[in-house]
Amino acid sequence: MFRLILRRLAISVAVLWLVTLLVFVATLLLPGDPARAILGQQATPERIAALNDQLGLDAPVWQRYLDWLGGVVTGDLGTSAASQGPVTELLGGRIGASLVLLVGAAVISTVLGLALGTWSALRRGRAVDHTVSGLSLVVAALPEFVIGVALIVVLSTTVLPVLPSVTLAPPGEPVWSRPSQLVLPILALTLVVTPYITRMMRATMSEVLDSGYVEMARLKGLPERVVITRHAVPHAIGPVAQVIAIQLAWLAGGVVVVEFLFRYPGIGQALIDAVNNRDVEVVQAITLLIAAVYIVVNLIADIVGIMTNPKLRAEVAR
Amino acid sequence: MTATTTQSTLLRRAWALPQAKIGLALTVVVVGVAVLGPWVGPWLTGHDTTSFAGKPFQSGGIAGTDGLGRDVFTRFLSGGLTLLIYAVLATALGLVLGAVLGMLAGYSGGWLDSLIMRGSDVLLSFPQLVFALLAIAMIGPEGWLLVLVIGITHAPRVARVARQATVAVKDADFIRAARMYAMPRRRILLREVLPNITGPLMVELGLRLTYSIGYVASLSFLGLGIQPPTADWGLMINENRIALVVEPWGVLLPVLAIAVLTVGTNLITDSLASAAAGTSQSGKPQTAKEASA
Amino acid sequence: MTAPATLTHTLAARDLRVDTVAGHPVLKGVSYEIAPGEVLALVGESGSGKTTAGLAALGHFRRGLVHTGGTVSLQSDDGEPVSVLEVGDRERRSLRGSTVAYIPQDPAASLNPALRIGRQIGEVLETHGYGTSAAERSARIAEVLAEVGLPDDESYQRRYPHELSGGQQQRVGIAMAFACRPSVVVLDEPTTGLDVTTQTLVLRTVAALTTEHDTAALYITHDLAVVATIAHRVAVLRHGEVVECGSAEEVLRAPSHAYTRELVTAVPHLDGTGATSTSAAERPESVTPESAGSNGAEPDGVGSNGASADTAEPDSAEADSADSNGTQPGDAAPAATGGDRARTPVLSVSGLSVSYGDHRVLHDVSLDVRAGECLMLLGESGSGKTTLSQCVAGLGEPHAGTVSLSGSPLATSTQRRTAEQLRSVQYVFQSPYSSLNPRKTIAQSVELPLRTLTDLDATARRARVAETLERVRLDPAFGDRLPDELSGGQRQRAAIARALVTTPEVLLCDEVTSALDVSVQATIVDLLCELRRELGTAMLFVTHNIALARHVADRIAVLRGGEVVESGTVDEVLGSPSHEYTRELLANTPRM
Repeated sequence: MFRLILRRLAISVAVLWLVTLLVFVATLLLPGDPARAILGQQATPERIAALNDQLGLDAPVWQRYLDWLGGVVTGDLGTSAASQGPVTELLGGRIGASLVLLVGAAVISTVLGLALGTWSALRRGRAVDHTVSGLSLVVAALPEFVIGVALIVVLSTTVLPVLPSVTLAPPGEPVWSRPSQLVLPILALTLVVTPYITRMMRATMSEVLDSGYVEMARLKGLPERVVITRHAVPHAIGPVAQVIAIQLAWLAGGVVVVEFLFRYPGIGQALIDAVNNRDVEVVQAITLLIAAVYIVVNLIADIVGIMTNPKLRAEVAR
Repeated sequence: MTATTTQSTLLRRAWALPQAKIGLALTVVVVGVAVLGPWVGPWLTGHDTTSFAGKPFQSGGIAGTDGLGRDVFTRFLSGGLTLLIYAVLATALGLVLGAVLGMLAGYSGGWLDSLIMRGSDVLLSFPQLVFALLAIAMIGPEGWLLVLVIGITHAPRVARVARQATVAVKDADFIRAARMYAMPRRRILLREVLPNITGPLMVELGLRLTYSIGYVASLSFLGLGIQPPTADWGLMINENRIALVVEPWGVLLPVLAIAVLTVGTNLITDSLASAAAGTSQSGKPQTAKEASA
Repeated sequence: MTAPATLTHTLAARDLRVDTVAGHPVLKGVSYEIAPGEVLALVGESGSGKTTAGLAALGHFRRGLVHTGGTVSLQSDDGEPVSVLEVGDRERRSLRGSTVAYIPQDPAASLNPALRIGRQIGEVLETHGYGTSAAERSARIAEVLAEVGLPDDESYQRRYPHELSGGQQQRVGIAMAFACRPSVVVLDEPTTGLDVTTQTLVLRTVAALTTEHDTAALYITHDLAVVATIAHRVAVLRHGEVVECGSAEEVLRAPSHAYTRELVTAVPHLDGTGATSTSAAERPESVTPESAGSNGAEPDGVGSNGASADTAEPDSAEADSADSNGTQPGDAAPAATGGDRARTPVLSVSGLSVSYGDHRVLHDVSLDVRAGECLMLLGESGSGKTTLSQCVAGLGEPHAGTVSLSGSPLATSTQRRTAEQLRSVQYVFQSPYSSLNPRKTIAQSVELPLRTLTDLDATARRARVAETLERVRLDPAFGDRLPDELSGGQRQRAAIARALVTTPEVLLCDEVTSALDVSVQATIVDLLCELRRELGTAMLFVTHNIALARHVADRIAVLRGGEVVESGTVDEVLGSPSHEYTRELLANTPRM
């Protein structure tokens, strides 16, 4: 089992390295003279030369990559062209703000999704099941911003104006000091991923409930509660853990739109600003960061999967 | 169990489900608006998409005016076509690319499989939207880039499904028989494998179309997709949301249209998935984001 | 509901009716009763409803099935009869596992993979309050494991199901069922998928336990030979109805219902009687789509299982020649063709070895198949028989040694074989459910080898396909259908047609009967024998079922652990087996 986990870890590291390569190669796509493209109308020969120097654009490609990678590894993500400050400083506070959203939505949607999925699997074919399935199907189809706008319409402006639709964050004050402004962004993200977790949990539970060993457990005369908790649920956790991980990683993408919509001062908002400003090093840093979160979450899910599989777990004993 | 159904029975089985009919009705309504709107709009309202129709944020006409005084209803009617075209093209690109790569990987196995699937893993490490933003940051919000980048990010996801389905049939005896009759690989893939994995691929088609619509609209909403002054639903939401309280139609109409469209395509996808699950070994819904991963 | 007269029965089902949710009947009024210590065999082919009838004894109906009528009454050793289908959930639960227990078909799927086996047995005891203390219960776990012939020590109980072999898993299943000393056990094809030696072991265990504890047993199976070994009485189930019920002796020796007769005659016999005894007059010339009816119907079987009397001839003639050549074992010529041609091997395998890493699948295997001859390659699962036949067909892994056709060596992979070689060696796969592309019509599938391996034009190809379909007794009108619309037997005929369409010299048959129902198996075996006589095709017949030997083969090669341990004429091998393993196989093969 440990060998399997190590192997999985090695794959993650390799993928992460390839991701850095891809993120770097993307900068080569900058059309023509990148410095001119970045500076746009403010381009003067001196400024272009200065920027070229700053970006190290005169050096050969591989050296620029190594320099950049070295910086990333040592925690130096470069300089923001827009703010002229270090990227790390720009992102520092925002990472925490985004994490609040991510963790909040992750916890709520996991608990809610697992509960709803199990509930509707146990009542397959009944009204409850049809309602949960139907609702999750509809909500699952909606893009993040549609859900967000709908929430603003219902809870913030027209119907029930009870919650703020825009995040106010005076400098120096953390976003969570005003909890009411966290409600809508977290709710939007929760609505985005809960349907998937619900549907997956329902499908996996249904499959497990139809399995030979659950039928056997019932035919042994075990009480239904024991059948569910001992024979069904443990087998649903492995596969569902992976799906949950993917959904949570998905949140890392959805957070961009939601932050933009609610003007929430996280890394998503920063990414949009950076894209608009062609602030290359900030874009690189944020995409790399999000990809890293994605990879780590998937890694954890796979390890959970390996550990909940008795066939793999038992290899240690042998 | 064996995958035993013809294409027509898959569609017939799907059509027998209520969600297929509801989904198709919803989709047809929105597609109808999007396709006919650009021609009907100016004739109906007497305004152009970009012409000045009245004071900003007034409630004159059917749905009032936007921040630049343009007629919201005219813009709404014109705002779906580009979105739809981009979404369809991106879906087609992703599906073809993904199906080819997935089938090759699944059927060949060995180093080609590893190469394709590890390559996919790298692309899969980015949320699709973030990858699109990375590309747009470098090249700029061009139409072809939206199609290309969304298509490319679909490909590894489709490839996983196609690969899984291919692996499930590739050791079937009828494929072995074809190999025994010295059928070339390209023809085995095309004639023997492809017809037997259309079920999952149809589901992917629906799923990817739903997401493509969402992504194109989201990027436009972020101001990084379709650019002003073009009338576009995603963009309109962004332009008009500051006046949500005063003049809500500029936001509500496009939001509703996108919602109805994606719900419609997702309902159709779900009916296809249920129909395919009834005939093939996989009982899991494919309608989860990245359900294949 | 229960009449006093039935009190002598531990389990009695009365007029059981079960429908699918859609309203299609599965059981149409099934009744059976079992006395203490008695084994009732419930015999039926796939789709007969036998598992549904068995599970009803525990008051369980699978998803999608609805109980629409009838009762099941159950009497434990000490007390009043209980109507299983009418009591409340709680009471029914208390019966399951304690008074009536179930032994499933597939032990691998029915044991919880995440729980240790000791725990899974202990669970039943705890739930039903067996004994008074934990110590008593763990003593019972050890005891019942010993009863089924497994180690009873602590470390064995701590194993997970996947650490056991299939036979051991099944015995854990049996231990679990017998743990609470139930009055009734329902066994659902418990030996399917086990090799004959393990099957014998499991059957003996079940027989011993039922006798010892006076347990009533409902034994569900499709295998009449097993019935003869274990059952006291037999009920034959067909399309949800019991068509015949009586003592095992009566039903198997003198069946009264036509369907039972058909089943009984379809069983292959080691001594070669049975399937070859009925007259050829009953055989319909060919199966037409009209007579095929709907999808589930199996018209192949009806009255057609008797091979023509001629089939017996090669066997007896062959026996003669074996006698005359008795001094040269393994060199007997097939009498049907005779002459010098028959002595030259068409297909020759020499020194074939295949390994996957350290695992040796085949080791130095040599075989000859002569023109017009049928060689049976006998082996149980894991013997390497499938690997061998795939190497011959060119589908296998790289191997050492040579495979040659009429003296010229064949390339390892089909890609490097000539069209002529590919035409000459053809393969019939095990399962007709996966060997035909579900998206292609029968004619398209049968035509495939002609397209890729011959220069025939479309008209000639079509004519040849129609001709070949007729040859396998399949109406050419089937050509336009998809595999879905055919029964299992018809599909296998189509698959045979595809293999014969290029008129091969050697036909490889890989377990061609094992995916089919008993009554259909016989018709396919007969067809192959007839085709061999008509076309003079040499056959390599790969199987695990030694009982088929006299029906199909001239010679036998016994494969075990990747090595040929014995080979010779059918009479030599069956009559005086030289290898311990062959003797064991023969001893363990159930006979009727």
